[in-house]
Amino acid sequence: MTTTTSTTITVRFVLDPTSERNPSQRQILVRPSSLTGLTVGLLDISKARGDVFLDQLERRLVGVGASVKRFRKPTFTKPAPVDLRHEIAISCNVVIEALAD
Amino acid sequence: MADDPSASVLANGIHVVVKRDCATCVMVAPLLTQLQLSNGITIYSQDDAAFPDGARVIHDADLSISWHNDIETVPTVIKIVDGKETERIVGWLQNEWANMFNLPNIGDGLPTHRPGCGSLSVDPDKVDALRAKFEGSLLTSRRVDIASLEDEMEALFARGWTDGLPVVPPTQERVMRMLSGTSLAPTDIVAIAPPDLVALTVEKIAINAVMAGCLPEYLPWVIAALKAVCTDEFNMHGVLATTMPVGPVIVCSGPGSRAIGMNSGVNVLGQGNRANMTIGRAVQLTIRNVGGGRPGEIDRAAHGMPGKLSFCFAEDEVGSPWTSLAVARGVATDTDAVTVFAGEGPRCVTDQLARTPEQLVTSLAATLLTVEHPKLPLAYDAMLVVGPEHARVFGDAGWSRERVIEELHARLQLKGTDIVRGSHGMAEGVLQKYEQLTVSKFRPNGILLVHAGGGAGLFSEIIGGWASGAVGSEPVTQLVTNVGMR
Repeated sequence: MTTTTSTTITVRFVLDPTSERNPSQRQILVRPSSLTGLTVGLLDISKARGDVFLDQLERRLVGVGASVKRFRKPTFTKPAPVDLRHEIAISCNVVIEALAD
Repeated sequence: MADDPSASVLANGIHVVVKRDCATCVMVAPLLTQLQLSNGITIYSQDDAAFPDGARVIHDADLSISWHNDIETVPTVIKIVDGKETERIVGWLQNEWANMFNLPNIGDGLPTHRPGCGSLSVDPDKVDALRAKFEGSLLTSRRVDIASLEDEMEALFARGWTDGLPVVPPTQERVMRMLSGTSLAPTDIVAIAPPDLVALTVEKIAINAVMAGCLPEYLPWVIAALKAVCTDEFNMHGVLATTMPVGPVIVCSGPGSRAIGMNSGVNVLGQGNRANMTIGRAVQLTIRNVGGGRPGEIDRAAHGMPGKLSFCFAEDEVGSPWTSLAVARGVATDTDAVTVFAGEGPRCVTDQLARTPEQLVTSLAATLLTVEHPKLPLAYDAMLVVGPEHARVFGDAGWSRERVIEELHARLQLKGTDIVRGSHGMAEGVLQKYEQLTVSKFRPNGILLVHAGGGAGLFSEIIGGWASGAVGSEPVTQLVTNVGMR
């Protein structure tokens, strides 16, 4: 007589509570070896005294031969509007986003 | 499990659904056997394949016939003509059965009527599994298998889906049951969830509401609160990203808040009430899991506060001397609504001696002055939760909501010399250019008055706000809609 033991495997599952989104992978650009001749965007996020820091930064950047474009977010509490991001992307080679508090 | 609803479509003719475990079905069983011979009726038995005795019976063992034909009671008699249901009789009703079968003397000797019994397809012990089986294909979320030897509670922690407390595993059965709380479809998109700007479906909200511990009747409130926090005005992205200790404070108003058992009384801002605790928690879990707003990532709060687990309560409208916050914000009386406010943890205002409204409003103003910092005006709103014993002082004197707010503002006009940077030995404050001016502590609509709390205690609570207005967050009020099943 043969005895078999059967094991019932119950597959339990839960439903994924997340967005299940696949973040798009983007290749990061190679860092420039020098800023000379490049256009650097300075994005002021609109926090108090951010301009003080960026003014100083602009002087240093111009000193090493970069040209500087200044941008400003409407409020520091919200992401930069898409049009502003696009403008920076098409008019600058490099961007520096400053947080000041 | 595959289910083909078309297999449950009834053919032309008369169909009867019964079960042996029903006295009414047993009573009419001999009649059904007879009617099958004379009229060719089709009989479905939910439990015993050999019931009624002597009849040809289709055993509705998996209850698919009953489910897809919405059988709630047995016996149910259904007449199908040209593929469409033209008549349905629930229970034993001699007149109606006589008409349907055109047999005036049908069931002679039986009582003229007798109600049926509950169908097995709506048995509370079975209905969740049946709903998942027959309607689970409506759900499109990824199924995440849990190994047989894996502890499901630990599995949910391990995947990073909790707020630090255990969550209820969102099984298909539970999510389907949760969805019965709204008339919206699982695929309906109700908002775009920050910070990842994800299209937020009712299904994803229901999953997170299950995890939070909600009952289905809470779901419309969760959806309304999420609609409110996902607006550009409320700015949930900023509320997460700020280093300040704020989260959505959800105030529920209207008769529905009482119908679902929300607490507006003793310990109103505390623990112990399922609706209060889980509605707010479901909102936060949804923002975390769907929106992607997790502490240490987009959520950069320096300290945070316990209310970021859940901060949700109901207004005491019934006992209030005033109109409700919702009505003051434009909602019709006796309408269900939520108001969301970006707020920090509450603090108590104690005044046990004031017996006149002037004394009390002066005390409240003095404490409101300290929101964020006594020398920082206009940048922050505040919610003032007035307890019943304090509200009574105003109510007895005939002070309306508008009067109280007006009197508070009158006492919160700050002299520039007191609040400029450096004054009173404190570096913090406003710019020197305000020195000769008088500045209001709050913007005109910056005090939100709510009546709530236990009946004993001469206290009120202040919930300080975050950067107010277009710079930061506006309070948002949203109606609660789509209550009940599809």
